[in-house]
Amino acid sequence: MTQFLQQIVNGMSLGSIYALIALGYTMVYGIIKLINFAHGDIYMLGSFVAYIVTTKLGVGFFPAMIGSMVFCGIMGVLIERVAYKPLRHATRISALITAMGVSYILEYTTQLVMGSEKKTYPVLLNNSTFQIGSVKVSTQQIYILVITIVMMIVLQYIIRHTKMGRAMRAVSVDENAAKLMGINVDTVISFTFLLGSALAGVAGILVGVYYNSINPLMGMTPGLKAFIAAVFGGIGSVPGAMIGGLFIGIAETMVIAYGSSLYKDAIVYVILILILIIKPEGLLGKNEREKV
Amino acid sequence: MSKKILSKANLCWMALSVAVYILLSVLINFRIISSYYTITIYNILINIILAVSLNLIIGICGQFSLGHAGFMCIGAYSAGVITKMMPNLGGLFLGVLVGMVISTVAALIVSVPTLRLRGDYLAIATLGFAEIIRIIVMNMKITNGAAGLSGIPKLTTFTLLFICMVISIIIVCNFTRSAPGRACISIREDEIASEAMGINTTKYKVSAFIIGALLASLAGALFACNFYVIKPTQFNFNRSIDILVMVVFGGMGSMTSSVIAAIVIGFLNMILQNFSNLRMIIYGVALVSIMIFKPTGLLGTRELSFEKLLKRKERKS
Repeated sequence: MTQFLQQIVNGMSLGSIYALIALGYTMVYGIIKLINFAHGDIYMLGSFVAYIVTTKLGVGFFPAMIGSMVFCGIMGVLIERVAYKPLRHATRISALITAMGVSYILEYTTQLVMGSEKKTYPVLLNNSTFQIGSVKVSTQQIYILVITIVMMIVLQYIIRHTKMGRAMRAVSVDENAAKLMGINVDTVISFTFLLGSALAGVAGILVGVYYNSINPLMGMTPGLKAFIAAVFGGIGSVPGAMIGGLFIGIAETMVIAYGSSLYKDAIVYVILILILIIKPEGLLGKNEREKV
Repeated sequence: MSKKILSKANLCWMALSVAVYILLSVLINFRIISSYYTITIYNILINIILAVSLNLIIGICGQFSLGHAGFMCIGAYSAGVITKMMPNLGGLFLGVLVGMVISTVAALIVSVPTLRLRGDYLAIATLGFAEIIRIIVMNMKITNGAAGLSGIPKLTTFTLLFICMVISIIIVCNFTRSAPGRACISIREDEIASEAMGINTTKYKVSAFIIGALLASLAGALFACNFYVIKPTQFNFNRSIDILVMVVFGGMGSMTSSVIAAIVIGFLNMILQNFSNLRMIIYGVALVSIMIFKPTGLLGTRELSFEKLLKRKERKS
């Protein structure tokens, strides 16, 4: 039982990171129906920026987090403007191929500049552990969970209670109608990329802190898992991304603890295929009928 | 059959393939080109099979699969395991057969539920499936886990490889021109409309997917028996993307262009072998810029057709 609770705690910190990445996927997909394959690499960029800023400039955790949020946000908007905007009305397949191209460019440019070897992350948060009952919890895990929840609340506030958020929801329902109502669709889409990428930046620094090592190709697998988390929770839904992220994170740590760590990636894909067969719209997603 | 098999156009195709075969085998057997180039040619031939089979799924049927490496992995490991026990051509044949059976079963399992999904979900599901195959292979005893199989006998000869490539191209081209092939094209153009016309879309999508998977597993088997060593990491996501780049670069829906793209990219890979980062960046830039500036690929859906060439000649004279 103790081990089970311990794994839940570990799974929750991993899951919050997935949830932060999943939010970017779910928002972008909700608005322009594009699986932004490059999103995982944006989060990789975020952790590299934080690494450079903290080792070269010696700043602390929170300034580094802001730095990587800003950088990732700008990168997200830039990528959207250069690569995705010309393809907004092209077929979904061509948009997806473009996203993969962007992902390749980001990964291997980083590898070219930074080298392919693993980088050891500096210790940014003090990592003392304390006991709650019989379960060990580290301060890092608390930080990760709290930061994720704060980000989620801020995001919900922006989406529900600001003018830009209302515009985002309008565009996701019907782009053309939103345009007719005087919403600048291009700005809204860029803003969505800005928000999603900034959250990926936060996830980037948290992963660096949590795993202590980063490398240029680390974005792919967590990116896919986060996407699966978004699908699980219902793509387009913000609370869904949080639930999906936590679920995937906990499932993964459980497999490591009770099964074999070699199968930890397989379980996530099995979950994906199962959810697509049983409930393709996801846990909290709305079922959209295909129109002719 | 009203059409003759030995029509002028078909004879031209035969002459072309025989000529290419003779040219290449003279170059290889008399060691006019170095073994370095020979390996590149072998690679290109295998990639042609892969590209043409993926093009059937993506270009003809319009289903976006990112799991081609998974089927290649099945073929490679079946052939690898069996030829290690039976190091002769019979073993290779058996290995190919076993690989094809497993691939068919796997393709059925993945395609029947997932092909109901729309394009991008299908892409992720196939990608996940290929990863599952790779992870299973990595954890099995018989496949020797992450270390990979080594000491596979080299049974892939140039002649065998060339014949397999020609057969694959014939299968895919004939499928495209058959009634099921037309049904697949209609699904690509508009799935709802073709369903309304009474086409059983799931059936044709699954059949195209299975043919693609079979050819990919054949390519995998030839790959395994050519390089002595296979590892699970060789069949990861990047391999699927490599094949995808060939299809997209040439033009989705045109077999001629897939062949040309496989050749061009094969040589590009050879030149850029020592600059792997640069090669990947070039791939990425190429994917993005092709999609933005010429989404149909270099040739679009045009095919090299001797029939048309002959007709044009007749009209002139």
